Amino acid sequence: MPRIVVEVMPKTAVLDPQGEAILPHLQRAGLPSCTEVRVGTRFELTIEGPLSNERLAEARAAATELLANPALEDVILVSAEDCDTGQSSEPDGQSEPDGQPA
Amino acid sequence: MKHRRQSVSHDETAGHGRIGVLTFPGTSGDRDVARAVERAGGQVVELWHAEADLRDVEAVVLPGGASFGDYLRPGALAARTEIMKELHPAAEAGLPILGIGNGFQVLCEAGLLLGTLARNAGLRRVSGEVGLRIENAESPWLNGYGLGQAVTWPLAATAARYYADEDSLDELEEHSRVVLRYTEPAADGDRSGGQLPPGQQRVASQRDVAGISSANGAVVGVMAHPELAIDTLAARHEPVHGSTATTSAARQGGGLGVFTSVLQALPVAPA
Repeated sequence: MPRIVVEVMPKTAVLDPQGEAILPHLQRAGLPSCTEVRVGTRFELTIEGPLSNERLAEARAAATELLANPALEDVILVSAEDCDTGQSSEPDGQSEPDGQPA
Repeated sequence: MKHRRQSVSHDETAGHGRIGVLTFPGTSGDRDVARAVERAGGQVVELWHAEADLRDVEAVVLPGGASFGDYLRPGALAARTEIMKELHPAAEAGLPILGIGNGFQVLCEAGLLLGTLARNAGLRRVSGEVGLRIENAESPWLNGYGLGQAVTWPLAATAARYYADEDSLDELEEHSRVVLRYTEPAADGDRSGGQLPPGQQRVASQRDVAGISSANGAVVGVMAHPELAIDTLAARHEPVHGSTATTSAARQGGGLGVFTSVLQALPVAPA
């Protein structure tokens, strides 16, 4: 089954206390050069039938309506993923404005 | 149809003071709210999230708890249930609606109140009494209190940090829509490692906002729990000398005044 991945991140202007709490521990865990941690959420949506730009547009609309709280968070990624290869893929060869992982 | 659950044990003959208490899966404050409504002299009308029916209530309370397990975000799933379709036009028409704790989060998620409640800055669940100040004594939910009156109610929440952008905050302040404020500075979060007594644990709400209202004033959200401050054993009930509070329940600084206030604000039922 094809999958749509949605990622939600706290807005940069919003304090992320979770990330702040993690930061010193991450530095001690072997990454002293780390200066900031922000924690987001990744949703993996399994989709019935073939993926299309229409499906992606629906997923984007639904994600914006439900999966992110617009006062605090942004949907930063809505992308198609082939479950068999784990590779991101683009239906119809069009790229999504949210920025695909290279 | 409208009264199909009239068999509930509450007296429905009065026809006045019908206060809806809305329950979602995971709501835990509904019985305490019902008790407070009855103590104030109101009539409890049970409302269920899956039924788009407000049962002719004259006001609605969304109690605290963890609706739908707080999955996704506190209040997010409850805000998208059937009954919310009824609540939106009712709110616009001026039906008094109060969200307490998780109920406040639901109203924000539903877009009935501005902004949102984020996780406490100290990441700790805050549990204990908090000092609050009444900032709007004309609200249907606070009219029995005096402007500037200090009250002490319990707060029990993990996501109590009120957050809205600066423009929204200015708009709220300009129209007296910040109805309740924490009196202990809540700006720096609880960095004490839990060493502070419960009442001083910080949530770091913006501008110490503890409660806000909608533009028309009818919808109010508060994080602290007035319904848990109605018993002398469970709440500080020192009479406030020189207070301008208009009801004895409110004069005592407890939470019962919220429920007597809304009953007072309701139009008198036709004879």
